[in-house]
Amino acid sequence: MVAEASRLDAALRAHGDLKLVAYMMAGHPNRKRSLEIGKKLATSGIAALEIGIPFSDPLADGPVIQHAGQVALEHGMTVGAALELAAGVATEGTPVVLMTYINPILSHDPRRFAAEAAQAGVAGVIVPDLPLEESEPVAGWLRSASLDTVFMVAPTTSRERMTTICEHSSGFVYCVTVTGITGARSELPPGMTELLGEVRKHTDLPIAAGFGISRPEHMKSLRGSADAAVVGSAIVAEIDKGADPLPLVKGLLKACR
Amino acid sequence: MIKHPVRGRFGPYGGQYVPETLMGALDELEGVWHEAKADPQFQLELAGHRHAFIGRPTPLYAANRMSAHFGGAHIHFKREDLCHTGAHKLNNAVGQALLALRMGKTRIIAETGAGQHGVAVATVCARFGLDCVVYMGTEDMRRQSMNVRRMKLLGADVKEVTSGTKTLKDATSEAIRDWVTNVRTTHYIIGSVVGPHPYPEMVRDLQRIIGDEAREQYLSVDGKLPDVVVACVGGGSNAIGIFTAFIDDKDVALVGVEAAGSGIKSGKHAASLVGGRPGVLHGTFSYLLQDGDGQVLPTHSISAGLDYPGVGPEHAYLRDLERVDYVAVGDKDALAAFKLCTRLEGIMPALEPAHALHQAGVIAREMGPGGRILVCLSGRGDKDMDSVDGG
Repeated sequence: MVAEASRLDAALRAHGDLKLVAYMMAGHPNRKRSLEIGKKLATSGIAALEIGIPFSDPLADGPVIQHAGQVALEHGMTVGAALELAAGVATEGTPVVLMTYINPILSHDPRRFAAEAAQAGVAGVIVPDLPLEESEPVAGWLRSASLDTVFMVAPTTSRERMTTICEHSSGFVYCVTVTGITGARSELPPGMTELLGEVRKHTDLPIAAGFGISRPEHMKSLRGSADAAVVGSAIVAEIDKGADPLPLVKGLLKACR
Repeated sequence: MIKHPVRGRFGPYGGQYVPETLMGALDELEGVWHEAKADPQFQLELAGHRHAFIGRPTPLYAANRMSAHFGGAHIHFKREDLCHTGAHKLNNAVGQALLALRMGKTRIIAETGAGQHGVAVATVCARFGLDCVVYMGTEDMRRQSMNVRRMKLLGADVKEVTSGTKTLKDATSEAIRDWVTNVRTTHYIIGSVVGPHPYPEMVRDLQRIIGDEAREQYLSVDGKLPDVVVACVGGGSNAIGIFTAFIDDKDVALVGVEAAGSGIKSGKHAASLVGGRPGVLHGTFSYLLQDGDGQVLPTHSISAGLDYPGVGPEHAYLRDLERVDYVAVGDKDALAAFKLCTRLEGIMPALEPAHALHQAGVIAREMGPGGRILVCLSGRGDKDMDSVDGG
């Protein structure tokens, strides 16, 4: 779908090792600190950084990311400020993916959002409450700003839908491995490997597995079936404690190889 | 091929803005609902429950002393307060419980604000032997404690929601998160004409019995239709329920009454159509109270059932078409109407329809003798004793 080679596609393709995508919330625990954390994560060896833009009512998120978003909003984080933060982090060279809900994008004006995200050096956008059927015209604006539109597949996605979703996704396909919301879980869900295998049949894009993934041993079980693992809540929980998320990220990266 | 949910749109409003995980379940629900609607056996079963369990048809009542008080216009109430469990909410809960049984789902979840929908869902779960979890904000549990006790007695697990504003909005978010997690075994009974398609359409179809009955009853009194139909609007299910039968009656004015709380200018209100702008919340595109950056704003109303920042997408469409006139009534006026109706008619209305009663009084004074006003008295007020306090 994308004319020029996608930066995300290139960065996330496994080539043997599993790639790691880290998630952080813009403005959590505050603006200044989140820019520092973003730069640090971007240069830690991860393949891409997902930056969340907070929304007051995040339906796909568990308590950890909900809380981080609330804290960010209380500290005055806005869509504009999150785009500035993304620009600051993107200069490190690691591809940045924005993850937010549809209402802040609509409110900002989707066309303007796409242009400003591209200007900030962002590589792609994920909107968890924008299923394929509702994605136009927003996805169109993102595409015309040369941003990747990453769509999600879930364990409840029918084979028929999977085909169409994969066709419309660019950069990578985000495979939600659990029937549920974000949040670290001790065990990976049964049937995950089969699900990833099924997605693989439907796309040549890299596949990133996300939701519930938090531990080095999870990385090991994903190797060979996913191209990349997305770790969110576990990293956000470290940041929330006031701890440095780098040791966790280093441990995860080690387990990717 | 994936179809664009054209049928799920009311003009530009509605849609299915939900995580991918739920798309299959919404599709299944839409299919089962359309199948059930066309199934005479289902309709027969629903009619039986409406009659023997809910107590339908509910009466049309001539509120003569209020009519006299407001200058002589004829005011009638559609007595949804006489439904089993005390509000119109049971019309929807019974229908959706039958659908859950049809889909083989044995676990039911719901959100509740005033607790009326929660009680209705707990009631149908007891009646049909289904597991029941109701999400309710801490703040609403406090101001509607009697309904919390009722739900527990009926066997429901009432889960306290402590996030955000601790009211209906947050309870709805939490119910949706539960549904995302347990979608394979669970049916989510949304309590209003909100949420992703097919809910706004399905809940309307289950609530339109209010208006269908009222229109026929009104005509049978003296062969004429009312001049105005008035109903309160939170999410808007009782309003859509009574309006739908009159939409094509061009001479019948329709008035939806939102909660102005402490006043629209104060910012402490819940009037999304009067004071909001379009956006997406809980899976649907409709009018929404939000700040300049698309963050959903806290709301305020003395009535827990109207204390919601969004509104059904069909109301958004009817507003833009100017088919329905939406106004907002504040806490004080609603309280006064509550007391007035209680004293003059011996009917204690819920605080939600008390907003509509105040507006009916305003309209009655404008119209004078000869005016004909129908009010949807959507629920009874026992639950509001603690909020009303003496008087």
